Amino acid sequence: MVGRERRHTVTFPRERILERIRRSLAGAHGDGPAPIPRAYRRNGTLPRDQLLTRFVERVEDYHAKVTRVRAHGLPGAVAAALSSRGVRRLAVAPDLPADWLAGLAPSLEVLRDGVPQLLSPGQLSSASGVLSGCALAIAETGTLVLDGGEGQGRRALTLLPDYHLCVVSTSQVVEMVPEAISALAAAVRDRRAPITFISGPSATSDIELSRVEGVHGPRTLEVILVEDS
Amino acid sequence: MRRGTRPGFPAAAPAALADQQLRRNLGKATTTIRAKRAAVSGEMPDWETLREAARAIKADALSNLHQYLERLEESVTRAGGAVHWAGDAVEANRIVAELAAAAGAGEVVKVKSITTDEVGLNRALEARGIVPVETDLAELIIQMAGESSSHFLVPAIHKNRTQIRDLFREHLGRPGLSDDPAELAEAARLHLRQKFLRAQVAVSGANFAVAETGTVGVVESEGNGRMCLTLPRVLITLMGIEKVLPRFQDLEVFLQLLPRSATGERMNPYTSLWTGVTPGDGPREFHLVLLDNGRTRVLADPVGRQALQCIRCSACLNICPVYERVGGHAYHAAYPGPIGSILMPQLLGPGVHDSLPFASTLCGACADVCPVKIEIPRVLLHLRARASDGTGAGSFQERWLMRILGWVFRSPFLYRLGVRTARGLLARFARDGWVHTLPGYGAGWTLGRDLPALPRESFQEWWEGRGGIP
Repeated sequence: MVGRERRHTVTFPRERILERIRRSLAGAHGDGPAPIPRAYRRNGTLPRDQLLTRFVERVEDYHAKVTRVRAHGLPGAVAAALSSRGVRRLAVAPDLPADWLAGLAPSLEVLRDGVPQLLSPGQLSSASGVLSGCALAIAETGTLVLDGGEGQGRRALTLLPDYHLCVVSTSQVVEMVPEAISALAAAVRDRRAPITFISGPSATSDIELSRVEGVHGPRTLEVILVEDS
Repeated sequence: MRRGTRPGFPAAAPAALADQQLRRNLGKATTTIRAKRAAVSGEMPDWETLREAARAIKADALSNLHQYLERLEESVTRAGGAVHWAGDAVEANRIVAELAAAAGAGEVVKVKSITTDEVGLNRALEARGIVPVETDLAELIIQMAGESSSHFLVPAIHKNRTQIRDLFREHLGRPGLSDDPAELAEAARLHLRQKFLRAQVAVSGANFAVAETGTVGVVESEGNGRMCLTLPRVLITLMGIEKVLPRFQDLEVFLQLLPRSATGERMNPYTSLWTGVTPGDGPREFHLVLLDNGRTRVLADPVGRQALQCIRCSACLNICPVYERVGGHAYHAAYPGPIGSILMPQLLGPGVHDSLPFASTLCGACADVCPVKIEIPRVLLHLRARASDGTGAGSFQERWLMRILGWVFRSPFLYRLGVRTARGLLARFARDGWVHTLPGYGAGWTLGRDLPALPRESFQEWWEGRGGIP
């Protein structure tokens, strides 16, 4: 709560604005929330295999590459993706599962953010790639959602390197946006999790409204979809 | 009369119409985006129910605005943010400038925000010796050109790639640059990266703020938003009070409607949602500035109030036959196009924007695409009526003309006399069955179109001549 003293000195326009609103609404039906007609789709209906196929298609629509592997194939797929991109310095979150990195060539330098200290923006910017997990993914829109949970790190980590390799497990894929929002509500309420929705690589439509991939965020996005056993 | 005595749209439109380059650029861009929007909204079986939910959520938010704003303030404060209230542009600019100055910033990075354009924040910062750096590609383009935005989403929609290349060559010192959009985007990336890395303060707008949780959201494409929201130590967000959403769950509606209506994508590349301050991740200070600046005035009009439901998707601009031909600058407004035509006159009260509700054919295409179902034509008519019934700024001549017409239409005798007189008068100006120019008051009418000459007899005369009903 805001202290009494502060309210009187700093926030004087506050009372004025609230009073103007009350006056403007006088006579309107402004007594408490009205029910919202939520007749739109709120739960997915696709069978599991079609759901995953749709997710892959929709991510690929944004010109992001998707590789599907079984759990034991993950370290190999990570190593292959990084080497085909020529990544030499890889940034990762401190709590990234160690086995994801099990297949890496020894020459590849791994920067663990926060071990022992946080990487500076300059260091992050100098990394040629970042490997992260995600909180969940949305099939209908081809979206990856990060909430700072396990294996994801802070927001700057997945922003500054030019290449983002994201691992999604099949159990994390939901069909629609409302399912994603419901799943995220707890993280927002309980730990004020900062949330980032990522749909394809950074892009702009600012020049003649034609889409160009790659401006400030990672110019290349790649997804490894891991089959949960 | 309007044309002679008032600046604004009627004065600016003819020049815009005569600019063929502008019309080509706009025609190309709006045609592209219309097709994309139609495709991705058409693939949603529940599009109409989403629109209805969005309308209801916004109407609820507006009808209980004071309660939701107090709740938002409480939530943001609890989450470690600070909330400031600004009654008008001057207050908003002062708050933002003082916060930036207190953080010791000589330069602030900015996420594209129409609200900061509305209050003229950049000039206010410059006046205090703080350099505002626009980081959205299109904002950067118009900042280089020294122009103002002409579109919500793509402020530089009026410029084509060659014009943009020329600006970049000059301002970025890159004479070899081509007009390939990918190369231009790369040039912007290089130019801004260092600024992002050293920025201490960022200023953003907001697409939403959730009263229940204090979560604020920015929807973007390039990643410049993420840079600004994540890297600097201090984040200042300026938001119109109408952007508040009651519940976190409400995001599920707008995150579906907004990207599909705006850029015609299933989802925009990046959406950031933050709740106050998160230790170890992002800014250490977060300030939310809530702006009135005329919004409570709009709220007082039960018909016009719905203009505040707008989520700035720009679908109404892209589909409007008037906007497509004159572009955004002709509106002389922070908010152009159909939504601007109903928002500006209400936000600012009587003045230069009075003519905007007349800058429409009332075709209704804007209402059909609006994701929050604002009845734009209805509000346009409402504001036209207000302008001509004496409570607004309708001209003296116009009011008398309408009064006389009212008498004529009420009396069969006067009506027939009037028709006969008009026929006689028009016949003197007709050539080959058409009236090409009229003098005096009628000149405005024939400026852009020909009028068919009246036939020799009216339907009534013809009917009576053949003996009425057989």
